Amino acid sequence: MNILHWIFTNQQIIYIVILMIFVGIEVIGRVPSVLHTPLMSGANAIHGVVVIGAIIIMGKAEPGNYLALALGFLAVILGTLNVVGGFVVTDRMLEMFKVKKKNV
Amino acid sequence: MGLNLLIICYLFGSVTFILGLKMLSNPVSARRGNLIAATGMFVAIVGTIFLYRNTETGEHLHNYTWIFGGLIIGAIIGTMAARKVKMTAMPEMVSLFNGMGGACAALISLVEFNHLSKELLAGDTITFENIRTTVLIIVLGLIIGSVSFAGSMIAWGKLNGKVKDFSFPGQNILNLLLLAVALALGAYLVMYPTHTFLLYVILALALSYGVMFVMPIGGADMPVVISLLNSFTGVAAACGGFLYDNKVMLTGGILVGAAGTLLTILMCKAMNRSLKNVLIGSFGGNAKNAATGVGEHVAYKEISLSDAAMVMSYANKVMIVPGYGLAVAQAQHACHELEKLLIEKGVEVKYAIHPVAGRMPGHMNVLLAEADVSYEKLEEMEQANDEFKATDVVLILGANDVVNPAAKNDPASPIYGMPILEVELAKTVIVNKRSMKPGYAGIENELFSQPKTSMLFGDAKKVLQDLLIEIKKV
Repeated sequence: MNILHWIFTNQQIIYIVILMIFVGIEVIGRVPSVLHTPLMSGANAIHGVVVIGAIIIMGKAEPGNYLALALGFLAVILGTLNVVGGFVVTDRMLEMFKVKKKNV
Repeated sequence: MGLNLLIICYLFGSVTFILGLKMLSNPVSARRGNLIAATGMFVAIVGTIFLYRNTETGEHLHNYTWIFGGLIIGAIIGTMAARKVKMTAMPEMVSLFNGMGGACAALISLVEFNHLSKELLAGDTITFENIRTTVLIIVLGLIIGSVSFAGSMIAWGKLNGKVKDFSFPGQNILNLLLLAVALALGAYLVMYPTHTFLLYVILALALSYGVMFVMPIGGADMPVVISLLNSFTGVAAACGGFLYDNKVMLTGGILVGAAGTLLTILMCKAMNRSLKNVLIGSFGGNAKNAATGVGEHVAYKEISLSDAAMVMSYANKVMIVPGYGLAVAQAQHACHELEKLLIEKGVEVKYAIHPVAGRMPGHMNVLLAEADVSYEKLEEMEQANDEFKATDVVLILGANDVVNPAAKNDPASPIYGMPILEVELAKTVIVNKRSMKPGYAGIENELFSQPKTSMLFGDAKKVLQDLLIEIKKV
């Protein structure tokens, strides 16, 4: 009963999770092995979206709560590192992987 | 109004993530895909900063100085690190960034739980029933994030050569035990959320599990491990999305979690191994390997440039095995020249490409394509292994571990079980290396001391150019 109720209250999220699992698998299903590393790196940058959670924490922390402020601040830095570093590294990799001109 | 706009920002972010990943899996659109995902990320972050409102109080965010301070510091360090890193050190950079994301997720869990437990102690209106889901998500985010962080740090250290393989009998069982205890304590905490100190015990257990989990896995398998940890961080980010009912975190996180898992499996397939084999398989660094160490006293014989030129000119078939050394020396063009010259002389020339040659999967294909080597000349590992028997000369350009017969013959070797190019089937093997130093996996290669092998020391580009001159003289 409890579980059914839980599913009922969280149904939106459950839908998103299930659909996203399929999308995630479908979307990269036919990646050539040449692109494995850049794809990994790009996906790595995307999960940097976790920085949004850090920003929310930081923004909600009461000014006197130094623990929350300090940990939140650290979280924002680390999350940003993940996002920015991730995208820049991927771009550099792909720059090297740039499409070669086809010889006709 | 503001909240509606924020929802649109998040929707935009989610769509760009999906689109970005899709484009990243095609060589033509990959770079644009990365930019598109980055744009979506930027919009989602800026939207959060200015449009987010607390669901309970309706307040805007505050502490902007801190937020921007963190963003700026992170962005500057991230950009500098990503720009400065050498191409060859890319995988460890990715691992490092992945660890940062995992740590971020774990920190979010810590702060949120702290917040929650204060409310609990204050005896607010919230009942245990209502917060169980929240506690569950917090605990999951903490465990997954910490494992990902600790594991990524070890993977980073291993790729750097700072951390050595380490394993002992029964390690797998101990690891499982660590994880089981962490999960059990997590479940207990969900039932009895007032035992706040348990969260720190769980944190410690998860961190040590992360360390122990990556410790025994060999350096050559690190890309697979990083990819796996990458999908872990995705799931940890999704936990944050659940916590804040934040759709862009949820979609982004789950998307990466799913795609990352599939990518991990695909990578294993490209290396001809199963994931299980990588994780608990034979790659454990054994004592024997450590004892072998770096020795320069292996017996080997050298070949002169003119002899090498002679042997290759009069061969019927030459297979070139490019590796990391070729990539570092940027010798792909010289290599293509050599190929053309040999073909003019009536020699059949092919390239044998190991799936992980050059340290990043797919690295070699791209480098050679850049030098206009035709695609038909590139043979994948299985084809190549069939052809070595009929090959007169194998020219190895800066490859080492991928042609090390120890992977087949020596169960004690840390690379045992990795599929290799079986170059020793050919009649003659010429190895170009800069020195006798061992390769990436840090182990000796007995191929170099075999009677049919001769060494041609020097920078790959220089050697190839000299070789060209010599072959023209023949």
